[in-house]
Amino acid sequence: MNFVFYLAGAVAVLSTALMLTRPNVVHGLLYLVISLLAVAVILFTLGAPFVAALEVIIYAGAILVLFVFVVMMLDLGRQSVPRERLWLGLRAWPGPLALTLVLLAEVIWIATQGSSTRSAAGPIDPEAVGAALYGPYLVAVELSSLLLLAAVVGIYHLGQRPARRRN
Amino acid sequence: MPGLLWLIPAVPLASFLALALVGSRVPPRIVSLLGVGAIAASTAVTLAEAAAFLGTPPEGGAWVEPLWRWIDVDGFRPMMALRLDALSLVMSLVVTFVSLVIHLYSVGYMAGDEGYARFFAYMNLFVASMATLVLADDLLLLFLGWEGVGLCSYLLIGFWYRDPENGAAARKAFLVTRVGDTALSVALLLLFTRLGTLQIHGLMSRAVRDWPSGSALPVLAAALILGGAVGKSAQLPLQVWLPDAMAGPTPSSALIHAATMVTAGVYLVARTHLLFQLAPPVMLVVAVVGGVTLLLAGCSALVQHDIKRILAYSTVSQIGYMFLACGVGAWSAAIFHLVTHAFFKALLFMSAGVVIQAMHEEHDIFRMGGLRRPLPAAFWGFLIGGASLAGLPVVTAGFYSKGLIVYSAWAGPGGAPLLWLASVVGALLTSLYIFRLIFVVFGGSSRTIAVEVAKRPDWTELTSMGVLAALSVLGGLLYLPPWLGDHPLLGRFLERTLPAPSRVVAGLSELGSEGVVTLAFAIGLLLAWWLYRVRRPLPVALAGKVGRALHRFWFEDWGFDLAYQWILVRPFIRMALANKDDMVDQFYRFVGWGTVRLHQAAARSETGRVRFYAGGIVLGSVLLLFLVVLFR
Amino acid sequence: MATIPLEHSLVLAGVLFGLGTLGLLVRRNLVVVLMSIEVMLNAAGLAFVAAGARFGEPDGQVFFLLVLAVAAAEVAVGLALLLALRHKMDTLDADAASAMRG
Repeated sequence: MNFVFYLAGAVAVLSTALMLTRPNVVHGLLYLVISLLAVAVILFTLGAPFVAALEVIIYAGAILVLFVFVVMMLDLGRQSVPRERLWLGLRAWPGPLALTLVLLAEVIWIATQGSSTRSAAGPIDPEAVGAALYGPYLVAVELSSLLLLAAVVGIYHLGQRPARRRN
Repeated sequence: MPGLLWLIPAVPLASFLALALVGSRVPPRIVSLLGVGAIAASTAVTLAEAAAFLGTPPEGGAWVEPLWRWIDVDGFRPMMALRLDALSLVMSLVVTFVSLVIHLYSVGYMAGDEGYARFFAYMNLFVASMATLVLADDLLLLFLGWEGVGLCSYLLIGFWYRDPENGAAARKAFLVTRVGDTALSVALLLLFTRLGTLQIHGLMSRAVRDWPSGSALPVLAAALILGGAVGKSAQLPLQVWLPDAMAGPTPSSALIHAATMVTAGVYLVARTHLLFQLAPPVMLVVAVVGGVTLLLAGCSALVQHDIKRILAYSTVSQIGYMFLACGVGAWSAAIFHLVTHAFFKALLFMSAGVVIQAMHEEHDIFRMGGLRRPLPAAFWGFLIGGASLAGLPVVTAGFYSKGLIVYSAWAGPGGAPLLWLASVVGALLTSLYIFRLIFVVFGGSSRTIAVEVAKRPDWTELTSMGVLAALSVLGGLLYLPPWLGDHPLLGRFLERTLPAPSRVVAGLSELGSEGVVTLAFAIGLLLAWWLYRVRRPLPVALAGKVGRALHRFWFEDWGFDLAYQWILVRPFIRMALANKDDMVDQFYRFVGWGTVRLHQAAARSETGRVRFYAGGIVLGSVLLLFLVVLFR
Repeated sequence: MATIPLEHSLVLAGVLFGLGTLGLLVRRNLVVVLMSIEVMLNAAGLAFVAAGARFGEPDGQVFFLLVLAVAAAEVAVGLALLLALRHKMDTLDADAASAMRG
């Protein structure tokens, strides 16, 4: 089982890296889908089947689909490739690369501070998660629904086009 | 009676305040009444005090009238107190009486001037300060009066302020005397820290008790006091301000720069004579300064054109005589000459004022001439005053006072033949320059175009001149020498406070010395007659190249003005210009500039680009995590 | 189930987060930037779940759910903004919207 974890991890990292470097946005999106699916597998191996399912359904299935819709609406396919290539020149990479590497180094350093511990045995049922959600985390659930409502309102407002002039 | 002394400075002070506040709104007659009346009141009080002092002489020779405690800080407790002893009584009489006469003269002289009330206000303030100076029991109070007269001198020199040259002359006077004032302040500090008090009598007795004669401290203190006196009395090397001070109105020149303020230095030295006696080297310096100054100024007076400048250099020279007297230990002789000098010099200035106003404000003597008939009052004034100045034997006061000093220069405790010789030569020069003035201005025929007189002297001017003329003649009666009756009234009177004149060195009798002085006087008179009456050419044509150079040198006051200009004034102005942008200011300006620069640099980070800001967020989180890593 | 050391999961999450940051800073196309943000949120959620699995608590998964909700809201609003921007400036360049300069 551990092997699956590491394999899925490698896939996730590789596909994310590829996503970053594609001039064709649609290709990048597809790579992102693969990455998310790999992450779902990882989550499963960590003993969280519920969230693994959620990852696939909501993250890959709803959010990324939204992305696909927008990309298609904006026609960011093949015809935007030259522009993207231009923007992806070598000049853009050094600074962000440096920053990211430092960040990564710090995170790894912090993460490896504790003594090596194995995760507790056994998956965690959806039942337990549900009990937690309706138990101590009830307020958080309500708040997140409020958040989504706010998002809806915001989107509605943002999506309005200015009224056409009266002729 | 000690109780009324305070009125002497207080009444003129009150009059000053009244005139300063409302004088310009009041008719001139009230102004003159107030101005002259205040001084008359002071004079009356002084005379009353004199009568009481002479009638019932006090114990210890002095009345002290404490007024109130001035300062009370940690052991420094000077009192406001007035002291009346022989010396201050004589000075007060001179100050108040001569001021009264000059104030009366000013009523006529300054009539019609737009600053009439202001003039009397300043003059009254001056008398109040001078009276404070003279009557002070404490050196700090004396210093207050000292500064006050310096202020009034400045105000009166620059009286006609609309002309910037007058302002420059006033500033020059103030700054040069300031050098002396600084020396005096240091002296006061020294005396206080070492002896614990500034009350004059106490100070002197402590000094005599504690300080051995000739040691460093009294020498230093006396030298510093001498510095102050030299500044105020326009002696070497600080004499440069007095000739320029003639820019002020003639009555103020008469009062301040002839009779009273410039003699304050002599008074100070006489007051602190015990201290000077503890410092024999300084006494020698005093005598030498006096001797050199009297010769220097005499030479300078010989070549001037401006009528008032001649008199100014003459004043410097005569005060040199007083310093010489102090330096050789003839204190009462110095005071005697101070008194007679006040009389005849004020008279000379008044007469000069009459001439100037009559000649449409002309000052150059070589553009006057033949004024004997049109201006008889001025002529007699100059004649009597000039004779007294030069020392016409027997019938003038100046003869006696100057003769006494000349003899003391030989025979006094600090006397030396060289000093005696200098004073004799000085007498010759004095006679020469004053008779030169008289012959040029009054003799011969007129050299000017404007023949008719612009303004004739009125009764106030004539009365005051008459009074002073009488005193210039009769003043000698105060101190008759042994060979002419031996009634040294003034001398004996002053012995209550000042040391008695002693005749130490023999070799020349008083009569003999007087004879030599008379000879000098006669030679000077004849020389002046010959040069300016008989031959009549300008003296410059007489001499060759050397003569011309010498003339120029003496005209420029032996180059002192030029020296000061080059050594002090120019470098100072250059430094001031170099620091025009004020280094200290630059520091603060730099702070502002730096802040603006920092702002501009910081504003560059506001690029408006999202990715840049995102990078900033990442950088921030990197730094925060770094802190976590660091403090794990 | 697998017994993975917590450190390994966290390192993986960290690497994914770093890749997301890289994408955020490098790419100029706003759509790709939003996608990178999604990657970052995903990595954070992974870290939560790993921590929860270590202790055997469901709390990690609960947090993942909340992160998911936030991600969804954020994507929706972000895309709406993107469309408005595109309508206004006719480009999807992240550097074009830099009027609030200096």
